Amino acid sequence: MSRGEEREEPPETVPPLQPSDRVASVPPSGIRRFFELAEEMDDVISLGVGEPDFSAPWAAREAAIASLEQGRTSYTANRGTRELREEIAAHVTTYDQHYDPDEEILVTAGASEAIDAAFRALVNPGDTVAIAEPAYVSYEPGVRFAGGDPLSVPTRAEDEFKLTPEVLYEHGADEADLLVYCYPNNPTGATMNREEITAVAEFCMEHDVGVLADEIYAALTYSGDHASIATVDGMRERTIVFNGFSKAYAMTGLRLGYAMGPPGAIRAMNRIHQYTMLSAPTTAQHAAVEALRSCDDEVAEMRRQYDRRRNFVLTRFEEMGIDCFEATGAFYVFPESPWDDAGEFAEALLEAESVAVVPGDAFGAGGSGHLRASYATGLGELREAMARIERFID
Amino acid sequence: MEERAEILELLRENARYSVADLARMTGLDEAEAAATVEALEADGVVRGYQAVVDWSQWTDEPVQAHVELNVTLDRETSYRDIADRIAKFSEVRSLRLVSGDYDFALEVEADTMGEVSRFVSEKVAPVPEITQTVTHYIMDTYKDDGIVFDDEDDDERLSVTP
Repeated sequence: MSRGEEREEPPETVPPLQPSDRVASVPPSGIRRFFELAEEMDDVISLGVGEPDFSAPWAAREAAIASLEQGRTSYTANRGTRELREEIAAHVTTYDQHYDPDEEILVTAGASEAIDAAFRALVNPGDTVAIAEPAYVSYEPGVRFAGGDPLSVPTRAEDEFKLTPEVLYEHGADEADLLVYCYPNNPTGATMNREEITAVAEFCMEHDVGVLADEIYAALTYSGDHASIATVDGMRERTIVFNGFSKAYAMTGLRLGYAMGPPGAIRAMNRIHQYTMLSAPTTAQHAAVEALRSCDDEVAEMRRQYDRRRNFVLTRFEEMGIDCFEATGAFYVFPESPWDDAGEFAEALLEAESVAVVPGDAFGAGGSGHLRASYATGLGELREAMARIERFID
Repeated sequence: MEERAEILELLRENARYSVADLARMTGLDEAEAAATVEALEADGVVRGYQAVVDWSQWTDEPVQAHVELNVTLDRETSYRDIADRIAKFSEVRSLRLVSGDYDFALEVEADTMGEVSRFVSEKVAPVPEITQTVTHYIMDTYKDDGIVFDDEDDDERLSVTP
């Protein structure tokens, strides 16, 4: 072959490192766009934040520091330190949950890791996972990454976004293999009492649906006690409960959560966890032990602060004539958008008044026409944000 | 009673909350919230409202001292009697009977160190029941009335997160 002579074109190939079909099938989070818009602006008061504005209790932080000073920086047991699992087992008896620290508790890097591990451990390709929506943004992608088929079950505004057997039937969840939900709910702030959760439990038992109950906001319940579906007779063996330290203990950045469930399921999840994470962050585990041992007062104080802000925000929306059901959990309220298109409203509000709220449809079906407003923000800022919203809609 | 405790806690947190905001936060209506504040004042539970000042950020920093006082009592003189005499001086910011090695803990404030010294030696020490005074000048204040004096309130959270 002489120089200059045309080489034969190689057959067309796809360049390397293309995202897999599975990843390509999952769009980026709808929240991302709002984040980018808000980041471009100065002086934004954000009611779009999904994490506490408090710092972790000092005792927990100090325990983390002390553990570092003592050089306790090695891996822990895959499932988490025994000390921490025992503290967790003792702690969750508050919710009448009883789990064996050796066999039934898995400590993970945030509840998010636990939920992902549960999808991957329990979902076969083609399995259907019903998702009560509006919902935390990770469930649907998690199901898809695991090869399952997500089934959207939108809850209704007239039910105050509680999950009911009616909507489960209406959307065909009786055929589902698993149901995943979060109560107290992000994004709506809805909670479910024992009677309501029992109705869902009966549906699940009748149709043999397993439950992944995300109870990360359990400690932030402002009316009555948190009711866990796992404590309904017959449900313990078909439920995995997720909880963690991010919300109640304001430890989001420490990345620590846990899953509790029957030994077989926890073992299966641990199989994934041990190969992917090995063990949850060690420093965070030391902080968490201290958090459970000595920070009840701080948690109660944060809850009291949230409750006041919740009252404040609900009253202000009412004064503005914005329809908003009385959210009784987490740190969100979910008012109706004053405009039909909540996305347009949120964007216009951000541009005109530099107040960030998140349109409800970012959290899936059933959220459209609503806005998520987080009150994990100081009262001074909440007061100012509400004044700006009032001015904007006038 | 529960409303009173709630309102009291809120006023301690921020005495400048408006009655309307107190009502919004507690779920009371405005008239109830106003009446609760008034009752707290009328009953002498709330004795006043003052700013918490970080003097290091102000041009004229007053001199403050913590003074320990030891006293002897007799049949005619109680702690209260002695306290009444001392508390009347405008230099005295606070006066407390305490347990331990000394009897009264006194906070004194004046414009200069000399003024504080003179006040203690000329007004306080000569009170007949007072047997000893120990004056500690305040050198720096890191936290006062529950408020930490630092600049660490930057919110590092991302503005919009799920």
